[in-house]
Amino acid sequence: MGCCGSGAELTAALPEARSSDEEVLLASRIVADGMRQTDLSVPTMHCGACVRTIEKALGGLAGVQSARANLSTKRVTVRWHFDDGPPPFVKTLSRAGFEAYLFDVKSDKEDGALSELIRALAVAGFASSNIMLLSVSIWSGAEADTRDLFHWLSMTIALPAQAYSGRIFFRSGWRALRHGRTNMDVPISLGVLLAFGMSVYETVQHGPHAYFDASISLLFFLLIGRTLDYMMRERARLAVRSLVQLAARGAFVVQADGTQVYLPVEEILPGMSIMLGAGERVPVDATVSKGDSELDVALVSGESVPLRATVESTVRAGTLNLTGPLTLVATAKAGNSFLAEMIRMMEAAEQGRSGYRRIADRAAALYAPVVHVAAFLTFIGWMVATGDLHNAITIAIAVLIITCPCALGLAVPIVQVMAAQRLFKNGIMVKDGSSIERLAEIDAVIFDKTGTLTSAAPRLVSAEHIDSASLSLAAALALHSRHPYSQALVEAAAGLTPSPVVFDDITEQAGFGLQAQSGATVYRLGKPSWALASPESIVGAASVALTQNGQWMTGFCFEDKLRTDAAVAVVKLKQSGLRVELVSGDRKEPVGLVAAALGVPYRSGVTPNEKVARIKALSAAGQKVFMVGDGLNDTPALGAAHASMAPASASDVGRCAADFVFLRQSLLAIPLAVSVAREARRLIRQNLALAVAYNVVAVPIAIMGLVTPLIAAVAMSGSSILVVANALRLKGGEGIAASAAPGTISAAAILEAAE
Amino acid sequence: MKDYFYLIPIAFGLGLTALTAFMWSLKAGQYDDLDGAAERILHDETDAPIRTTQPGR
Repeated sequence: MGCCGSGAELTAALPEARSSDEEVLLASRIVADGMRQTDLSVPTMHCGACVRTIEKALGGLAGVQSARANLSTKRVTVRWHFDDGPPPFVKTLSRAGFEAYLFDVKSDKEDGALSELIRALAVAGFASSNIMLLSVSIWSGAEADTRDLFHWLSMTIALPAQAYSGRIFFRSGWRALRHGRTNMDVPISLGVLLAFGMSVYETVQHGPHAYFDASISLLFFLLIGRTLDYMMRERARLAVRSLVQLAARGAFVVQADGTQVYLPVEEILPGMSIMLGAGERVPVDATVSKGDSELDVALVSGESVPLRATVESTVRAGTLNLTGPLTLVATAKAGNSFLAEMIRMMEAAEQGRSGYRRIADRAAALYAPVVHVAAFLTFIGWMVATGDLHNAITIAIAVLIITCPCALGLAVPIVQVMAAQRLFKNGIMVKDGSSIERLAEIDAVIFDKTGTLTSAAPRLVSAEHIDSASLSLAAALALHSRHPYSQALVEAAAGLTPSPVVFDDITEQAGFGLQAQSGATVYRLGKPSWALASPESIVGAASVALTQNGQWMTGFCFEDKLRTDAAVAVVKLKQSGLRVELVSGDRKEPVGLVAAALGVPYRSGVTPNEKVARIKALSAAGQKVFMVGDGLNDTPALGAAHASMAPASASDVGRCAADFVFLRQSLLAIPLAVSVAREARRLIRQNLALAVAYNVVAVPIAIMGLVTPLIAAVAMSGSSILVVANALRLKGGEGIAASAAPGTISAAAILEAAE
Repeated sequence: MKDYFYLIPIAFGLGLTALTAFMWSLKAGQYDDLDGAAERILHDETDAPIRTTQPGR
C-alpha cells in the first residue's frame, strides 16, 4: 500500500486507543430494527485501493450488512446486525493496515446549514440567469409592450427565488436588528428588499426601470461567498473531529455482585469501583484502591516524566495508565472532575475574547448609517429641487441599490476562505474566519512545553555512543512496555540488528522497570537503584540502567525531544517581531533546558490558573497573546488568549478550545499561520478600500439620478469580480517547503549545536 | 418579434429541469464523496450506494 504511507504524519503523534466492544456499542446508533450503524474515522485512507481493501475487510465480517468508505471525509460507515455483539471493526482494520478510531455519531451535530446554503445558491443561480436573459433584451431596447411583459415574467421568477434564497440574509439581519445591533446583513436585506419593492411598483406602473436582475444577482454573489465560508469551517470541523478521541468514553465498573459492567463516563458516581487496564485513560477523578502502575500525566499537568500511582494515590481524569492494571474508587462525578473544571475555567476565560468584533461587522457598523443617511439626503434634496415624490423615491432607492454592499459582503469572507485553504494544504485547520483576523493582530506567543515544543515522548541521549548490542538487547526488552522511556529505546534501536538473546519470561514492575529471564541469566531494565544488585555501583547520572544478574551493562539518559523545526519556528517568530515565551507546568530543570536550547524566557511549575493570569497580565499591558498548547492544563489559557493553536495530539478539550489545530509534526506551522493571517489582513484591507473606492465613484452618479438598471448591474458585478480576483492572489503562495532563508538555517544550526 | 415568444417558456422549462435535477442529486448524496466516486469507477464489483444520511434531511 505504497500510496498510503503519508498519513503517518497524522497518526504518529497519537497514542494507542483501545476500542472495546462496549465502546463501539456506546458510539453506535440504532438505524433500524436490530440494525446498528457505526462510523469509523480512518485517517490513513488515501486512494481507491484503500477504499476497496477497507470495504472488503469489513464487509466480510459476520454480522456486517454493509460497509461504505467515504474517501473525502476519510470515514467508514458500517451497518451491522446486533445479534451477538459488535464485530471487531478496529482490529480487522488494523490487520488490514489501517488505524481506525470510533467516530461518535451522536455528538455529530449536523445542522444541514450547508445543504440549505447550496440549495439557496442553486435557486439564486437559476433565477438570476433567467432574469438576466430577459434583462439583456430590455437593455438592448425592447418595445414598451415587450418590456412590460418581460418585467412581469422577471417578477414571477424573482418573487419565489428572492424569498427562498434571501431568507438566509433576512433572518440574520432581523436577528441583529432585534438585538439592537447591526451587521452586514442589514444593509444587504434592506437593499435587496427595496430594489424588489420598487421594481414591483415600476412593473405595475409600466415604468421603464426594474431592478429584478440587480437584486437577485446580488443575492447570488453573496451566497457564493457565504457558502465557501461555511464549507471551509465545516471541513476544518470535520477534520478536527476525526482525530482520535483522547477522553475516556466509559469504564468498567465493578458491581456489588462482583460482575463488571461498562458504563458511560456520565453515569459513574463517586464511590464506584473502576477497573482500569494498562493503556486506558482515567475516566473521572479517583483514588487507587488496588494495583501499582505509572501514569502519563503529560496532557494533564505538562510533566513529561510519568508519575507512579500506588494504593491511596489520587489520580486525575484524563491521565493515561501506562504499565499495570489499577482498581480505582471514583471520588467525583464526571461533571466535577478535573476535566470539567478546566472546561469551566476556559469558558470563564473566553468571555474576554467574545468582545472581539469581526472586521466585516465593524465595517458594516460604519457603512450602513453612512449609506442610509446618503439615500435619505438624496430623497430630501430631490424633493426640494423638483417636488416630484415618485422621482425622489426612485432615485433614493437607486442610491441604496448601487451602494448595496455586494463587494463589501464578499471582501472579507472570500479572503478568509483563500487563507484557510492555504493553511489547510499545509495541515493547519482553521475554526472560523474571525480567528484569522485575530491571529493577524498578535504581538506575543506563549508556548507550552510538553507535547507542544517537545513531542510528548522523550528521546534517548547520544544513542550513537551506546554499544549497539546492549541497545538492541534493551530495545528487545523495552518492546514489552508502554513506558515512554521504553518506547524511546525501541525507537532508538530501530535500525539495529535484533538482539540474539531469547527471553523466557518478562515481567514489568510498575515504578521500577522490566525484568526478563533468559536461561539462568536475569536481565533488568529500569531504575538503576532497582536494577543493580548493589546500589553503590551506579555509574553516572543515567535514569535507566540495563543489568545482567545485577551487574551494570549500560546506562541510558533521556531528554525531551524538541519537535521538528522548533528552533527555526521560534527564530522565525522572533524575526516577525513577536515576543516568544515558554510557560509550562513541568519542573524547572526540563523547562530550563528546552528554553535555553531555544533562547527564550521561561516560567516553570505554572498552574492552569497562573497561565491564564500570565495572559491576562500581558493583555493588560496592551499585548495580544497567541497561545500554543496541547494539554488539559493549557485549555483555560487557550480560551483566554487572543488567538490559540493546538497540535493534533492535544487533549480533546484543548483541540476544541483552540482556534487553529495543526496536524503535522513541524512547528513551522506557527510562523506560516501568522504570515498567512497577516497577508490575509492586508488583502482584506485592500478589498475594503476597493469597495469604498467603487462607492466613491458610483454614489455621485446615483445621487444625480443617472443610474439605470444596466449601470447598476455592470457596476455591482464588476466590483464583486474585482474583490474576488484580489483575494485569489493569496493562493499563489507556496507551502511550508524549505523556504527558510539561509540566515535562519544557520541560526537554527547554532541553536541545535547548543542543545 | 412576438412570434418567438414561445422560446421563453422553453428556456425557462429547461432551466427548471436542470435545477430540479441538481436538487435531486444533492439530496441523493451524490456530492458526499467526490474523491471516492472518482476511484470507484475503477472497481469491478457491483456498486450500489447505501444511504448514509437520515431520511428527511
